[in-house]
This record gives sequence, structure tokens and C-alpha cells, in this order.
Amino acid sequence: MVRLTIDGKEVEVPEGTNVIEAARRLGIEVPYYCYHPGLSIAGQCRLCMVELGNNPRPQIACNTQVTEGMVVRTDTSKVLETRQSIMEFHLINHPLDCPVCDQAGECWLQIYYMKHGLYEPRMVDEKVHKPKAVPLGPHVILDAERCILCSRCVRFCDEITGTGELGIFQRGDHSEIGLFPGKELANPYSANVIDICPVGALTDRDFRFAVRVWYLDTARSICPGCSRGCNIEVHYNLRRPHHNQGRRVARLKPRYHAEVNRWWICDAGRYGYKFVDDPSRLVSPSRGRGDAAVEIGWDEIIPVIAGQLRRYRPEEMGVLASPKMANEDLFLLKRLVDHLGLAHVDFSVPPRHPGDEDNLLIRADKNPNTCGAELVGLGPREGVGHGGARGILRAAREGRIKCLWVFHHDLLASAWPEEEIREALRTLECLIFQGSNANRVSAAAHYVLPSATWVEREGTFTNFEGRVQRFWRAVEPLGASLADWEILGRIGAALGLGPQPVRAEECFKALAAAVPAFAGLSYGELRDTGKVVSA
Amino acid sequence: MSELILTRNFHLPGSHTLALYRETGGYAGLEKAFAMKPAEITEEVKKSNLRGLGGAGFPTGVKWGFLPKGHPGPIYLVINADEGEPGTFKDRYLLERDPHALIEGMIISAYAIGAHLGFVYIRGEYVGPWRIFRRAVEEAYQAGFLGKNILGSGFDLDIIIHRGAGAYICGEETGLISSLEGKKGWPKLKPPFPAIRGAFGAPTIVNNVETICHVPHIVRRGAAWFAGLGTKTQGGTRMYSVSGHVARPGVYELPVSVTLRSLIDEHAGGLPNRRRLKAVVPGGSSAAILTAGEIDVTMDVDGLKNAGTMAGSAGVIVMDETVSIPDALMVVARFYAHESCGQCTPCRESTGWIYKMTRRIIEGKGRKEDLDTILDVARRGAGTTICAFFDGAVGPYISYIEKFRAEFEALIPK
Repeated sequence: MVRLTIDGKEVEVPEGTNVIEAARRLGIEVPYYCYHPGLSIAGQCRLCMVELGNNPRPQIACNTQVTEGMVVRTDTSKVLETRQSIMEFHLINHPLDCPVCDQAGECWLQIYYMKHGLYEPRMVDEKVHKPKAVPLGPHVILDAERCILCSRCVRFCDEITGTGELGIFQRGDHSEIGLFPGKELANPYSANVIDICPVGALTDRDFRFAVRVWYLDTARSICPGCSRGCNIEVHYNLRRPHHNQGRRVARLKPRYHAEVNRWWICDAGRYGYKFVDDPSRLVSPSRGRGDAAVEIGWDEIIPVIAGQLRRYRPEEMGVLASPKMANEDLFLLKRLVDHLGLAHVDFSVPPRHPGDEDNLLIRADKNPNTCGAELVGLGPREGVGHGGARGILRAAREGRIKCLWVFHHDLLASAWPEEEIREALRTLECLIFQGSNANRVSAAAHYVLPSATWVEREGTFTNFEGRVQRFWRAVEPLGASLADWEILGRIGAALGLGPQPVRAEECFKALAAAVPAFAGLSYGELRDTGKVVSA
Repeated sequence: MSELILTRNFHLPGSHTLALYRETGGYAGLEKAFAMKPAEITEEVKKSNLRGLGGAGFPTGVKWGFLPKGHPGPIYLVINADEGEPGTFKDRYLLERDPHALIEGMIISAYAIGAHLGFVYIRGEYVGPWRIFRRAVEEAYQAGFLGKNILGSGFDLDIIIHRGAGAYICGEETGLISSLEGKKGWPKLKPPFPAIRGAFGAPTIVNNVETICHVPHIVRRGAAWFAGLGTKTQGGTRMYSVSGHVARPGVYELPVSVTLRSLIDEHAGGLPNRRRLKAVVPGGSSAAILTAGEIDVTMDVDGLKNAGTMAGSAGVIVMDETVSIPDALMVVARFYAHESCGQCTPCRESTGWIYKMTRRIIEGKGRKEDLDTILDVARRGAGTTICAFFDGAVGPYISYIEKFRAEFEALIPK
């Protein structure tokens, strides 16, 4: 550890810490543009200058590692004047087009001008003109005039993805970010450059012009796109419902987690939320197949489902749970399965095409909670020998299983032959589908129970390494949809399993009490960063 | 006339050939050098008060002393032959007329610092000098002065010639290293300094052509002799590139204790056409300008520093009374705006801005606050950048306006 003094306050930090991070420990903000804790030091923006000891010239804090006894000042008139000058330099060629810039409201030029600039503008000459509205790839669009050439995006593509699509071309004040010839910014993590761009140079083709950022609210969440469990923020817009074509979720942003995803998320996860406000959402419970389907209320359908579950003998019933369900849902389902004495239970349905995977974040298993489903015990039961989900479907085809309850899965998108699935679904006497969006299984179902999506409820997922992480509710469930645990709780109550839980937390408490791996855990215990359970 | 050291053979036909170089005593000092310990050579160079002649004037021996002791990996010697400072053309003469002097200097210097690979980074526009130097390297290899086991000493040295592509910033030592590494010629953050982590991540010494050409003479004739040629803080002679309004422009090798007045009036033949001197830039375009009344200064590093300017690359640009200083500043400002690498913000943005303001003044559209804005922008940007490029530009920005303010004001509409 190294002890130093910043603005008269002592602080002790590990060796190798730079002055920006040391100051942060003390709550002292050193402004910067090019520095990013996840990238190499560039030292280009020159905004983080501080005074060191008796050195007459301010030095950049990002490239200054702490030394024992170092004396740093971030608040002298020299430092403040330098910051003001640097802000002026950053802005002289900037178009100042905030009213039409999508970054407005979360732009570090705006923020730092108000904090550290506030000079009288002196630039009266023609500004340098550069390319505008240049698509760099499927997700990112560049306005080179707004760019302050901090090079974060270039370093991201060089150092994090190793794809090297971007460079800085030309010289002097004609320098500009651009693609190397023949390249496109289409790596699986490309949109992270939008997050780390401190200004409006790189904006999101999906999000831009959809809604002003100051109308957005934020909920903490976990990406459901694969078993990594990247920490994210859900940015949603309820204040201006006429914006963004009525879609409530406006965008997903990565949320830092030191051990899961650091500052990043993949593009597939970032843009994978569109099903939430999609017209395919199931918004009402319904009874009857295809054209005969009739929407009915929960109070009407719950006793019907309970009745169906009572009608069949346990060996005539199958359950295909989903690894997209939260731990809370899975636990209530498990309780129900045990109560009914069902053996034909599984959750794992292989996709038609194996998922892609890499060494950074992306996992081949595109489900957020496979580990949770295993731990809760919804996998094939040992010694039963039903052959897993495929065996259950074979039994359905052969008429041995008459009632099947499918959660979320589009079985027709599985690796198994379509005809095999169709025949099974056709043969079933009672097919119950529970899920958030319509698919070919819901179309064939006798009963449809609409689930809330993960942003419409709270819960926990257990990622591939056994980390149980919480996600929070952003928006209300669409239509009459309910969280899976809530639906299961109602059905359980109808079957005499005691009172239904009122909050997800109660389900988690019961899970922690019942499943040894989760013993001792609670929402309070999980905090923001989650806890790893022994798998 | 003082003794010529670096330029002594320049007048001889065939001075660039190995044969003539050897005839005049070239490569004769190698054996003496190899008989010394490397550290002894560094010590000798330190004592000689040899200072870097590319521009910064840093003591050469001290620079060599920054290398890590007992470094297990390779160490590189890089020769900066990217002579780009406006008004400077001495290294060009050395490459064209005495290329073997550089090779011999490199052998001894590489031996002193423990390098077995030397790079020579030649300015892209120097096509002729590059051809001549390349031929000299071939000759040296053939004669056994380069390659394995030079003269049976057990010391190996290879030389790689690298041609620049025409960027002024690649003459900045870390910009040069970036370019040599195949990257955009952007200066690097310091620390680490090149002596600790330079080219390709290895400890690297970057020296100017002329600096290294002095080394064989220092080893052969001794540090005391070399130091005695100059002032207390700088030894030897150096090559002054004199251009502009003088009767005999060209390269003059003189002890660093020569005065600017003597250099202009006696050596370069004074001003032609009986015109009067107006101003002199004494050390390449980045040096602050001196008025006609300020030329009684010695041309060593510290003499010019005390006069508020710098020795720089010793490119002396003489301007007579017909020169418009605002025009001259616009040319200089255009140069720095064009050559700024664009890496760090103060330099990237303000060189362009200052050029635009200067040009506007020349075009008669100046505003009365422009001059103070230029001065303020220059002062605020000074000392805030990654490399010395902008500080170099600040020299002319401030000195031209401060010393010739009335000329600028005359162009600004009332």
C-alpha cells in the first residue's frame, strides 16, 4: 500500500494505482475524457491535469502512478485554469449542436463545460468540417465533427475485442476516427464503443432519436441473453409514452461488475430485449386452440388449470420448465411438481443451432438460469428413465403422456425433427403453454398463461459459474401478464399448497430454506453483486 | 578559421566513399574504442560535454547513462536522421558527404551502450542522402566494419535503414519510435522514457546524426580536447545551417562559442544588397525570434537559452528589412497546424486556431483582440502536451508578436 495526500487529505491505495483512482477513493473527482479504467492509458485529452509536489507544470493524473508521500493538488488556480483551457480547446471545433444531438443530457462535454469550462467563447473562425452521420456498422453511427479524439473506441477495438476496425486518420485538427479500408464495425461487442464515447460522436443506430435521455428511468437488471449474467441497466421511458413508438424499454446499458462483465456487454444481449414490447406478447390468459381461443380472466382460468392438473394421473403428465425462468419461478414449480408427484420433468431443450461462444463474455448456453434450474432440481430425475425432454415428447406422441405443461420453449425451434414435435403437440389431450410471447407451441396450446418478461418483475438468475444475481422491475407487466412465480403461486394455492406468496422475495426465502445450495441467501445478502453458490 | 572536424572532408571529391574516409583516418579509432570498456566510452562522452544536436541539447553521455544496467534483452541505437526542422540542413550534408562518419560513430556508440542493432530513420524527402548512405552501409558491411565480429573485436552490429514518410513529428524521438514500429507517428507518453522502454519495448537511445558523428573524434582525441573547443557547458563544434538573407547561405561548422553576429556577418558574408537586418531565428523554426539588436549572443545551448530563445537544431534563418513578420508568422503557423500530429488536444486544436487567426490578420480581417487571444492561447497550451511540438510552436507565436507587435497592429482595421 502507498500513502499519499490529495488536496490535504491522506489516502492509502495499492501500489500501481493512478492519481485519478486514488482521488476517487477520497470522493475527489478529477475530470477526464480519454482515460478508461478498462483500457490502456492514452494521455490524449489532457483534462486530468493536477499539480504534483513542487513540479511547476501540472501533470496528467491518468499516467501518474502514486508514490509514497506524494502530494497532489487538484484544486489550485493553476489546475482550474488548465482545465478551463483544455475545455476550450476541446470545444473550439465542436459543432455545439446539442439540440439535435442524441448524446445531449449524458454528454461529458456538456457536463464538464458547466463544471470546468464556463469561459467566454473566443472562436470566431470557420470550424473544421468532417464527415457526419457515417454508419460504421450495424449498430454504431459516427459524427466526426463531434468527436474529441479521445481514442477510447480505437483502444476498445484493439485491446478488448482485438478486432482493430477503427483508427485515427489524417493529422492535426483534421484528425478523424474512421474504419480501416474494407472493415466494418461489426464485432459482437461493437456497441460498447457507444457507451465509452464520452460525447455524441458515436451514437446508437437503434436508440438515436427515439427518446431524449432525460425522460429515461433506470432499473438494475441482469441480461437474460446467455448464461454469463452480465449486469445491465434497463433504461425505460414512461414519461413520454408517445416517444419511441410506444415501446417502454428504450435501451439496455452495461452495468459494471468486476467479476462478471466488467464494463461490457455483447450486442446480442444489448439488443435482445425487443420481445418485451413486441406485438407477439401474450397479454391475456386464454382457453381453446387456434381460432377457437377465447380470452378469459385469471380468476376463471386458475381453477381450470388446477382441475386439469388434478384430472390426470402423475405418469400421464409432463412438465417442460425453462432455463429462462428465474430461481423463484423454478422453485414454486418444483414445489408443485413434487406436490403432484410428477416424474416427467425437464427443462433442457437443445437449440437447432448451437450457440456461439467466445473468451470474453458470450456463452454458448443462451439461457440465463440453466444453473438455477439444475440446482432447484428440475432436470431429469435420476432413476426415472424418461429420457429427458425428448423422451417426454416421445411419450406424448405415443399417448402415454396426455397433459403437457410447457414453459416459454418454442419446441419447433429445437434441434429435434419438427414433425416429431408437431405430432406430439397434436396428440396431447391437454397442452398448457406458459410464456411471455406467442410461438408455435402457444398456437397449439389448449390453455395459454401469459408471463411477465424479466424487466416487468423482480427475481434472481444463477449464472454459469453459480453466481446468484438479482434483477429489479423496470416496468409493469404488459396487459394481464403475471410473473411466472405469481401464476404458479395461484395455481399452487388452488391445489391446496397453502397461501400464495405475495412477493418474489418470499419465494426466494422459501427456496433458500429448501435447497441446500441456496442456504443462507436472501435478497439483502445478494446486494448488487450477487453471491456464488456451490453448484 | 577554427579547425573543422565533422566537415573537414566535405570539399574533397569522393568524400562519401569508404576509400577516401579511410585515407583520411576514418575507422582508425575503432580499435582504440574496442580496447576501452563500454562504460569508459560513456564516461568520456559525458566528460566531453557533447550535447544533443538535434534540437533539445540534452547531454549525450547522461542520456546513455539512463539505460538500465545489466539489461538482459536487446538494446537499440536509433539515429534520428529525420531532419525536419525548418531552416535546418546539416544532417543532409553529413549523410551525403561523410556517411561513413555516421557509421563509425554508430559502431562506437552502439558498443558503448551495448546495442547490436542500430536503426537509421531517414527523412522521407531525403532520397539522395538515403541512396548515398545506403551505399556506404553496404561498403561498410563488405569491409567488415558492420556485421558479426567487427575487426575481430567480438562485437556485432547491424544497421537497418528506415525511411520516413514526410511527417515533421517523426523527428520527435518517441514519434520516431512509433513510426519505426510501424505505427502512426504519434509521440509516446513519458514516463517511460525510451532509455527504459523504447523501440519495440526495448531500452533505446535515440541520437541525432551530427551528435553521433562527433563520437569517434571524442574517443580518438579525448574528452578534454572536445570540451575545450566549446563553452563551459557544451563542448565541440556544431554545424550551423544558415539560410535567408545572407550573401553565402550554407552549412558552417564552428565552435559553439561563436556569436550570432559573427556567424552572419563574417562567416555567411553578411546581408546582400546593403539591406539591413530585421530579425533572426537562431535555432530552427521553433526557436524564438531575435531582433537585429539581439544578435550579440553565443550560439551554444545555454547562451541562446539565456537570450530567451534556443539553440535548437542550429538552423539560422536570417530576415532582412523587406520581410513582413506577420507573413513570416503565418508561414510558421501554417507549418505547425499542418504538422501537428493531432494526438493530444491542446496542440491539435490550438495550432489550427492560431493559424486561422494569423491568416485572418494578414487578410485584413483581424480584430483588435486577436493578438492577445493568440498570445493567451499559446501560453495556456504551453506545457500541457505529450511532446515538445507545441512548446516549439509557442516560441514563434509569442516572440514574433511580442517583438513586432506594431507590424501586426498595422494590419488590423481600426
